[in-house]
Amino acid sequence: MSLLLDHISFKPTEEYHLNDISLRFDSGKMYTILGRTLSGKTTLLKTIAGLQTPDSGSINFEDTDFLSIPVWKRNVAMVYQQFINYPHLNVRDNIAFPLKQRKMDENLIEKEVKVAMEKVGLIGFESRKIQELSGGQQQRVALARSLAKKAKILLLDEPLVNLDYKLREGLREEFKKLFNVSDESNSILIYASTDPLEAMQLNGDIIVIDEGKILQTGTAKDVFENPATAKVAEITNDPAMNINKCLIQDNSLIMNDSVQIQIPDELKSVPNGKYLVGIRATDIFLDDQGFAFDVEISEISGSETFLHLRNKNLKCVATIEEVKTYNTNEVVKINFDKSKIYLFEESGELRHSPYQQ
Amino acid sequence: MPKLYTFLKYFFVVLWACFVIAPFLWAISTSFKDFNSVTGGATYIPWLQFEPTLDGWSVLFKPGSQGGINIIGPYFNSIFVTLTASLISIVLGTLAAYALSRYTFKAGIVKNNDITFFFISQRIMPPVVLSIPFFIFLSSLGLLDSLAGLILVYIVLLMPIAVWIMVDFFNRVPREIDETALIDGCNPFQAFFKVVLPNSVPGMLVAGLFCIIFGWIDFFFAFILTFTKVQLLPVKIVALNSSITPWWSLSAAALVSVAPLIIVAFIVERYLSKGNLSGALK
Repeated sequence: MSLLLDHISFKPTEEYHLNDISLRFDSGKMYTILGRTLSGKTTLLKTIAGLQTPDSGSINFEDTDFLSIPVWKRNVAMVYQQFINYPHLNVRDNIAFPLKQRKMDENLIEKEVKVAMEKVGLIGFESRKIQELSGGQQQRVALARSLAKKAKILLLDEPLVNLDYKLREGLREEFKKLFNVSDESNSILIYASTDPLEAMQLNGDIIVIDEGKILQTGTAKDVFENPATAKVAEITNDPAMNINKCLIQDNSLIMNDSVQIQIPDELKSVPNGKYLVGIRATDIFLDDQGFAFDVEISEISGSETFLHLRNKNLKCVATIEEVKTYNTNEVVKINFDKSKIYLFEESGELRHSPYQQ
Repeated sequence: MPKLYTFLKYFFVVLWACFVIAPFLWAISTSFKDFNSVTGGATYIPWLQFEPTLDGWSVLFKPGSQGGINIIGPYFNSIFVTLTASLISIVLGTLAAYALSRYTFKAGIVKNNDITFFFISQRIMPPVVLSIPFFIFLSSLGLLDSLAGLILVYIVLLMPIAVWIMVDFFNRVPREIDETALIDGCNPFQAFFKVVLPNSVPGMLVAGLFCIIFGWIDFFFAFILTFTKVQLLPVKIVALNSSITPWWSLSAAALVSVAPLIIVAFIVERYLSKGNLSGALK
């Protein structure tokens, strides 16, 4: 069974929130919608859930017209970025709510709630009030409620984004396990995220969305190795892939008058002209023989340091594999890993990927 | 420094408490005085400085034939009118506020916020402006000098307060809670009654408190729209005033009329401090 979105558009104001979206979701599979904030992820999930009605297009699920079914009759579950629970109910009643709503047998509810609570590790918290739980626990309750429901479609809208780093890592691992288990139930799992790393880790099919438009769909490997456009390359990398204008002339790649590199062999067939060059932050390294750049900002993240660099009009971000403090305007010498250079047409389409055959 | 701060804090709290409590003590003391004790200079302590009497209190419960005003009838009228009008205002006001908070209304340039403002704008007018329209309105309905008429008018006065408070309250309740209820299988009515309403009790209590206060203390409309058959407490108390101001019975009446509000305020305050909605959002 599959969920089919056909030319869905939603334009409440001047701007499109969803722009002509056609997608196919197969049951038993997991999908990650990757996009920046306000790219239309939540709107897309709400449209699938039925909380929002698109202006045009159709949604088909199990051979029925999904748009003609109101939210409360669609068998979907959704976990929000905010920790949304019913504050007047305790943990057990929160999880049992959708089952009671379905008028399920009391004994069966008791059993299902217990299973769901075990899955998310909330045993012992049955009669706690929601207000007495930490953020992570509150989100577990929301998750347990959506699991207990055994919905055909499970929508997760950045469920981990409001949690602290450690909890996020822990829950993400559990998510993967939970989803593998729920595979048996053949439900469709759609996970929205702004974090490329998260999307790659979850290892489902990735749907890249920006300004309400689908830019690319494919496996994590596909999207990482062959981003369809420069925009996709920016969205699917953190820090965003460095995209700069460049000129290819006589076997050299000119980014500005002082930063020019010899192009690698596989790029020699590219005709001269203007292009966009893409280099991942991790493919830039310190090199005493390299190009001089000024440090604009340096930020330490875990065991790495992000350097925001500038050479005249040329800006880029480099990831340095060590923790070191750089002063603003300090001059560093860097070089680019030539074997990892991407080339995009001026309009944005991918021209060359280092992973291309 | 912290000591001085603590001292100042307590000093002002005590000062304010005196400021609030003193009139009550004064009223209690006065209600047990007779003519001579009131007019013969300031006295404070019963038995020591003046001989307490129950004259002030007994006037309130004696029938008119014995020179009293008998407030028991008007007292229950007031309670009945205030509670009924408040209850209806809260029920209708909560429903209206929920709709204004969650659904989008548009008629030309008029939008949700404007509608909310229309509600509260009724309170901007001085009551005297409404007195003649209300009088004509009630008289054409044959509801002058009746409890039903008063309740009708009080709903007009109280519902804006309920709507105003509840719109603000609902705007703070995350919309995602309603949405989750819908996703979990509630139709919009079930979502409202099973999820939104149980979490709105604190807001409704505050709105209710304000409605009861404003309904209870109204004198103007109770005075204009009733004559003999139906009387409310404030109007009856004013009837005490004659050529001599009876400070003792006025004090007793003041205490009796303020008592229900104090009780209601205590109950609501207790309930509110429990705080129920904090777990709704992160």
